[in-house]
Amino acid sequence: MDYSIRIGGEAGQGIQTVGDTLAKVFSRSGYHVFTHQDYESRVRGGHNFYQVRFSDNPVTASRDKIDILIAFDTISIELYEKELSENGRIAYDSSSLKTGYTGPYFFDVPFYDLALKHGGSKIMANTVAMGAVMGMLGLEADILSALLQEAFESKGEEVVAANVTSLTAGLVFARQNCSGCSFSMAPLSEPKLLITGTEAIGFGAIASGCRFYAAYPMTPSTGIMNYIAAKEEEYGVLVEQAEDEISAINMALGASFAGVRAMTGTSGGGFALMVEGLSLSGMTETPVVIALGQRPGPATGLPTRTEQGDLQFALYTAHGEFPRVVFAPGTPKQAFHLTNKAFDLAEKYQIPAIVIFDQYLADSCWTFEGLDLDGLIYNDYRLRGEALRALNTYKRHEVTDDGISPFGVPGDSRHLVVTDSDEHDEEGHIIEDAATRVLMVEKRFKKKLPLVHAEMAPPMFHGHKDPDIVMAGWGSTYGPIKEAVDALSGEYSIGMLHFSEIFPFPSTDRFDYIGLLSKAKTTICVENNAQGQFARLMRAETGFSFSGHINRYDGRPFTVESLAGDIRGRVGRL
Amino acid sequence: MAGLEDYKGQTPAWCPGCGNFGILKTFKDALVDLGIEPHQFTIVSGIGQAAKLPHYLRCNTFNGLHGRTLPVATGIRLANHGMPVIAVAGDGDCYGEGGNHFLHAMRRNINVKLFVHDNQIYALTKGQASPTTAEGTKTKNQPFGVFSEQLNPMALAVAMDCSFVARGFAGDGGQLKELIKAALGHRGFSLVDILQPCVTFNKINTYEWYKQRVYNIGPDHNPNDRMAAFGRALEWGDRIPTGVIYKNDRPIYEERNPVVRERPLVSMKFEKSRLEATEKEFF
Repeated sequence: MDYSIRIGGEAGQGIQTVGDTLAKVFSRSGYHVFTHQDYESRVRGGHNFYQVRFSDNPVTASRDKIDILIAFDTISIELYEKELSENGRIAYDSSSLKTGYTGPYFFDVPFYDLALKHGGSKIMANTVAMGAVMGMLGLEADILSALLQEAFESKGEEVVAANVTSLTAGLVFARQNCSGCSFSMAPLSEPKLLITGTEAIGFGAIASGCRFYAAYPMTPSTGIMNYIAAKEEEYGVLVEQAEDEISAINMALGASFAGVRAMTGTSGGGFALMVEGLSLSGMTETPVVIALGQRPGPATGLPTRTEQGDLQFALYTAHGEFPRVVFAPGTPKQAFHLTNKAFDLAEKYQIPAIVIFDQYLADSCWTFEGLDLDGLIYNDYRLRGEALRALNTYKRHEVTDDGISPFGVPGDSRHLVVTDSDEHDEEGHIIEDAATRVLMVEKRFKKKLPLVHAEMAPPMFHGHKDPDIVMAGWGSTYGPIKEAVDALSGEYSIGMLHFSEIFPFPSTDRFDYIGLLSKAKTTICVENNAQGQFARLMRAETGFSFSGHINRYDGRPFTVESLAGDIRGRVGRL
Repeated sequence: MAGLEDYKGQTPAWCPGCGNFGILKTFKDALVDLGIEPHQFTIVSGIGQAAKLPHYLRCNTFNGLHGRTLPVATGIRLANHGMPVIAVAGDGDCYGEGGNHFLHAMRRNINVKLFVHDNQIYALTKGQASPTTAEGTKTKNQPFGVFSEQLNPMALAVAMDCSFVARGFAGDGGQLKELIKAALGHRGFSLVDILQPCVTFNKINTYEWYKQRVYNIGPDHNPNDRMAAFGRALEWGDRIPTGVIYKNDRPIYEERNPVVRERPLVSMKFEKSRLEATEKEFF
């Protein structure tokens, strides 16, 4: 069983609510779920879609083929009719679209009439549609009914009741009228955890003891701020919407200096404004975690769509030389743990840590059995209270063997905590002399760099042992590459390398991935950008050049079929 | 109790005769009067001659970037509102590069004390016009004279309903000390704009120029009267008012935000036990 439902319509029609709710029905049914969203930069009108794929096997990407299309506008039918699978169905309401369609796969459901009749309001049309999906698939109403109860509890019993009768009306209608609906569902099992990329980063921050998050809203990073803001009181984490991104990162640095774990999040344009602050973090050795959500640029680009175009920007931006780490999670679960690792390394080495992701990962829902909370790291590296008071002398930027200076909390003792964006001495005061400058560059940069480097995990390998073909990628392309490689593994000796810990570039000490690549006949780097930024980084860091590249830069993510087709085209029959 | 010697910091690198010396001395006097010790507060500064002040004072210090004083001060205060936070900036630093932050710090009403050393010129970069340089002033970079209207920080602050608005003069240490103490004692975002001669680059706004014009607004002025305050704020030219121009008792950010109302973020311990319940919310 492997089905995909696409919900298409205008912004403001509740497409996201329907998609989110259906995804939750399937994850609670114990199925594996993957969703992705495609939306325009507008609040009303236009055309958006939300795709939900569910299966009894793990799923990590979207497919091109649609099994059920719920069309809330005529454009959905024009655009996606040809993508319908052999036994697929298009559910629509001929009276609201003012058009009737003929064809065996069209299923006319009076969403609005049933909503009025059973729910007392046209607002219930989406609930009718969700009920119809249950009926078409042959599922029962109970799980969806419970979800509606949870969602509308606060609005009173009447609203809940109206939703439940609307759901039932849609379900009964579909059972009685969807002739030829022949979906066969796998048996239900234990509910699964369902989470998006931004939720995973937000929860990862909270699970790392983050106390302060300052940001300026910007797609696709805003979901992180939304998630953390909903947890402010419960966890004691303060979210401040700054007047701009310059302020956001400087506030985070102020909070961090004062003794709490701090974070900011943005997209490329906002990160451009933060660059000066990134350099300030480097100079003052003040830890900060930055979530950087990519979208297609340059400038405003395609604000609500996806791209991996800011890797080089994240790696090399900011004036001066200082260490940083860059992580690029491939799944929400990785995003959760790499956000945790970003906090740990930022605090341990007193450096900035960047978690780079994109709209595709930000808005996609994945299912997992759990997030593995036992794998979380938390060490308080700060000198607080008694530990600080017990010191005879204290220098914020003391030169040490490993370059890591004691990081005291200002106000906790009589010791003064002083830092400066100017080059400074061990105490933190402005200096001009060459000898101190050299000492500080070595302390801040050269001593720490090899230690930070050793923290980077090697890439993950999946597929045939000693493969002829290696597909490589980083960040959010993990899912499509994995499924494409799995789909082709019957035809080819093929494997994949996925990099999620990008910078400092992982060494080959723990895993000789360069050896693996060198032995393969064909090596292809898959990237959601035009110039192959990761392939360039690989060449610069290791000297290895991939034999081929697959690049997509239309603002859309890779899908399993399109990527597998591309690979076949490159490789041919071996 | 801290004495003046406890506040002896690095040796200043300012020009001889600089107005900053008077401000530094007055600052120390005010802190000693208030009985605050060097480790009990933090000064945040940006870049410019004024921004060097915390190095010459001995205290917890974050000497950050040009214009970014207030965001860093805000972050420190939000993390630890048990500690007084002072921001020290210049006129270019705060009203130019950091203008947006200035507006929003007043709106937020975070309990940060902002002291702007206003010498009406860019001094560290050697004599360009600042936002408070008089219209028509010729400099190397403004050879036809400044075209832009002079920024009026007092009027801007009153218009923004800033919680405490005062103007001092580096040449009147007695009054300035009282203004610094009043600002530090006020509950709310406080701006003290300090008129300060630049002996090297500003040949117009000299000690003499200021002395002929400044006057203490005295007890006749009611600083709680916003309209009266606005009238005073607009005065500039032959007569320049100094003293507390405006104040109000708007609630501060720290007491409005329930996350930190009871205790500062920095005193909260990381509590892992809730995470499992949060994970369950995703099922």
